[in-house]
Parts: sequence; C-alpha cells; structure tokens
Amino acid sequence: MKNLLIIGAGTAGTIVANRMSRDLRGWAVTVVDPGADHAYQAGLLHVPFDMLDEASITRPRTSTLGPHVRWVREAVRAIDTSGRTVETREGGKYDYDIIVIASGCRIRPDLTEGLTGEGWGTTAFDFYTQAGSSALKRALAAFEGGRLVVNVVEMPIKCPVAPLEFLFLADAYFTERKMRDRVELVYATPLDAAFTKPIAARTLGHLLDQKGISVETEFSTAEVDGGARVVRSFDDREVAYDLLVSIPTHSGADFIETSGLGNELAFVPADKNTLAVDGHENVFVLGDAGDFPTSKAGSVAHFQADALESNLVRATRGLGPLPTFDGHANCFVETGHGKALLIDFNYETEPLTGDYPVPGVGPFSLLEESRANHAGKMAFRWLYWNALLRGRPLPVPAHMSLAGKHLPTTPT
Amino acid sequence: MSSRTIAGAVIDVDAEGFMTQSTQWTPEIAIALSNELGIAPLTDAHWRVLTFARDDTAKHGQSPGPRRIVAGAGVTMKELYALFPKGPGKLVARLAGVPKPKSCL
Repeated sequence: MKNLLIIGAGTAGTIVANRMSRDLRGWAVTVVDPGADHAYQAGLLHVPFDMLDEASITRPRTSTLGPHVRWVREAVRAIDTSGRTVETREGGKYDYDIIVIASGCRIRPDLTEGLTGEGWGTTAFDFYTQAGSSALKRALAAFEGGRLVVNVVEMPIKCPVAPLEFLFLADAYFTERKMRDRVELVYATPLDAAFTKPIAARTLGHLLDQKGISVETEFSTAEVDGGARVVRSFDDREVAYDLLVSIPTHSGADFIETSGLGNELAFVPADKNTLAVDGHENVFVLGDAGDFPTSKAGSVAHFQADALESNLVRATRGLGPLPTFDGHANCFVETGHGKALLIDFNYETEPLTGDYPVPGVGPFSLLEESRANHAGKMAFRWLYWNALLRGRPLPVPAHMSLAGKHLPTTPT
Repeated sequence: MSSRTIAGAVIDVDAEGFMTQSTQWTPEIAIALSNELGIAPLTDAHWRVLTFARDDTAKHGQSPGPRRIVAGAGVTMKELYALFPKGPGKLVARLAGVPKPKSCL
C-alpha cells in the first residue's frame, strides 16, 4: 500500500482527499488536520451583518470526509522532503509517496505594529476568523455612528473582493438601520484603486460614489495606534477611525517555513499550471497555501482540485504533471440590498461582462448587479456542503470559457 | 493600448502608461521615465529594486509587493518609500516595465 498524504482539510484538501480516495486503488489516502470542525469561510462575510449565524457555517470535519479517507487529527511540525516523512507536533511520524500541501493561510495581525494592542477586540476587529466575525457582529450592532475604516494591510489576502463586499454590505446594513447618514465609510487599500482591472473599473467604478464610500489608495499600513484610533502608512499618512475593520497580513503555516518550502510569507512557490512544487516531483500545493498569481479563494481551490486530480493519478503511475490549471476563478460579489455581481476570470482573461453560464440566458450576469447573483451566492452554501466538498461534479466547467462573455472591442 | 516613443525606442503601453511588453524594456527607458515621473536621478538602490522587480516578475508571473521587494532587494521599508514616494508598488512596476500589482477586480 502506498501513501498519499494531504496536509490540511479545508476546501482544497477535503475535495482532493474525497476524490482521490475514490480514484486510487492500492493507495491509502490520509489527511492531517488538527481542527475538529470545517468552516465555510465565505460565510464569515455574512456573520457580522447577521445574514448567517455562526452555526450554519461550520460542520464537524467527520461529516465532510468520505468513508475511505483516514483523518489524523494532529498538527504538522515539519515535512522532510528527502526522507518523504511528515512529523507532527504530537510526535507522530507519517511516511508518504506523494504529498499535497493544502494548509491554507491565516491572518497575522501580530505582524503589524500596534494592531493587536489597545483597542483590538473593542474598536478594531477582523472578519477573517470565526471569533473576529462574531465579535464584529456585536460591535456593529452597538455602533452609534462615526468613521468605519476597512483597511487591507498588505496583499495577498484571502478573497481580495471581500473587503469591498464588506463595505457594500455595511452601506446597506446602516441604511436599513436608518443611520447611514451618521456613518462614514472609508476603504484604505495598498493598491492604486478599489477596482484595479480596466473593465471592472469602468463597469463598477460608480458603485463607490453611489454608496458613498471614500477610498484611500496606495496606503501601505505601517502601524495602528489603537489609543489615538489612527492607522499610519509607511509614507506617514494617517487615517483616523472610530471602528477599524482590519484585513491583516496573511501568511502560510509555520511548518512550511520550518521545512524550508515557503517564500517570505510562507506561501509555497509552485508551477502555476501543474501545481507541482518547485524542485519536487512528488510534492504538490493548491489553494491558499500556494504562491500563485491568482486569488486566494475557495473557488480557485475548487478548480485547482479539479485540475490536480489527473496530475495526482499521473504521479501514482510515475508520470510527470501536465499544465492542467488555467487560473480559473468564479466568484459572487455581494453589493448589498439583495444584489450581487458575478466574476469569472483566469490567468489570461480579466473579468468581463456577459451572461453565465449559458450565453444569452444566464441566469447569472457577469460584472453586473442582479438579484439572481445574490440568490446564487446564498444558495452556494448548500452546494458547498453537499456537492463541492464531497468531490461531486458541479454544473460549471473547471476551465474558464469565453462563451457568453463580451470581449472588449478596443484592447485595454 | 497604444504605443509611444521614449529614449529612442517605441514601447507599447496601457491606458495608465504601464508597459505591456516587458521585453521592450531597457535601462534607458527607466531613466527617461524616472525623469518624467520626477524621481530622477536613479541611484544604485533604485536599480537594485528595479532589477529585483524584473527578475521576480519573470520568475513568478506577478509583480512583487513591498514586503517581497524588501526581502529580495536589500532595502528597508522606509528606504523603499523614500526611493519611490507614495506607492512603491505602482512606481516600481511603471519603471521596471512590469504589470502593476492588481486585485481580482
């Protein structure tokens, strides 16, 4: 019996484990993950606005893993790629023939001076953790007005549209509570605009004005002064807040650094099309753990899992990987008041307007607000638990298709 | 997309002036752009950053952000902001002839 070891049982690791345990004969499929529960991370956006409750976005991990997947509930300490062994903090040692790193990423508020100091948890919050999004729900409910600043500390972050979605939902939330006139909404981003791709900028730029959101661009956060309630940038600009919603620096897992597999933030460099880790024929990475030129998002993890399946099967036969992943991502973007956008893109093609998935029919519209898109986003949670994690095929292609998309008539 | 002549060469640029063909880049173009953008003269430290940004983009397929530049080019964050005031990500990309750092929208 040979061993396929998967580190991490989030979106990417769970799909791969469930698929491979069905595909492979003569191989044991093992996932290593210390957490008792699986979180539907896309739901963290909705918790602060009381659109989803905490219980609905987690399930026991046992219910998400197939019957032929072995789950080791331990935390990886290091991978020894020459000895083909994984050591855990609990003292376990596991041999592998092929390993898949799907350990995701986490927020690191500790990397920004002052962020976890005075005010953290009272006037400054995150919404990328369950504790953070729950605490923020209480803070929003108690907020009496003032300046709410959403600050992306630095890229890359999970789901780069989530901060904008948060602002759009906040606009709707305070409007519904009839206090929008007492709330100033500010977006402080290290990028040079809220919408950084030409067609999205042209199509969606009006949303910020329409919703009264001001944007501080090229703002690279150096420190947070929780006492003075000010965020400072490296070029000494200041943004004052009454309530700070911080999207802290993200990094990969500690064991990636310990094992010498990561870049400066412990993300794993790998081939963007084959997902094979640089310099290793039997080590693959997917999802948020990888250093890929695409978004860190569940959607990407899902399409990467589709693409990795055939490469893992090839690896078990001693064959090299093929360039099966095109950078595809497909995301619903909440814009508030029961509407959302849909974006579909890959490494080569920026988000375009059009219909999805059926040209001329939809039912979803690309880069355009609609109620159907919002309904799609909310319904996706059911698909996530019942089809996607189980490795069942979804009615969307793994590769991005140009069908139904409006190609720009003038090059951008 | 359009083209323009700078430092005796014709380069393809997007609507914001970023070069779209990294292979058209020459050091002379960077010098001419630094004059236009008001950050000339380019020092050794500027060149270390620009060279790192070009090499890293060629290798990884995406332009490096400030943290990655600091780790790879041997400058501190404060120095990087002094070298390329108000947003090194965009200015470095502009001068190095690589795409600006982007989000997914």
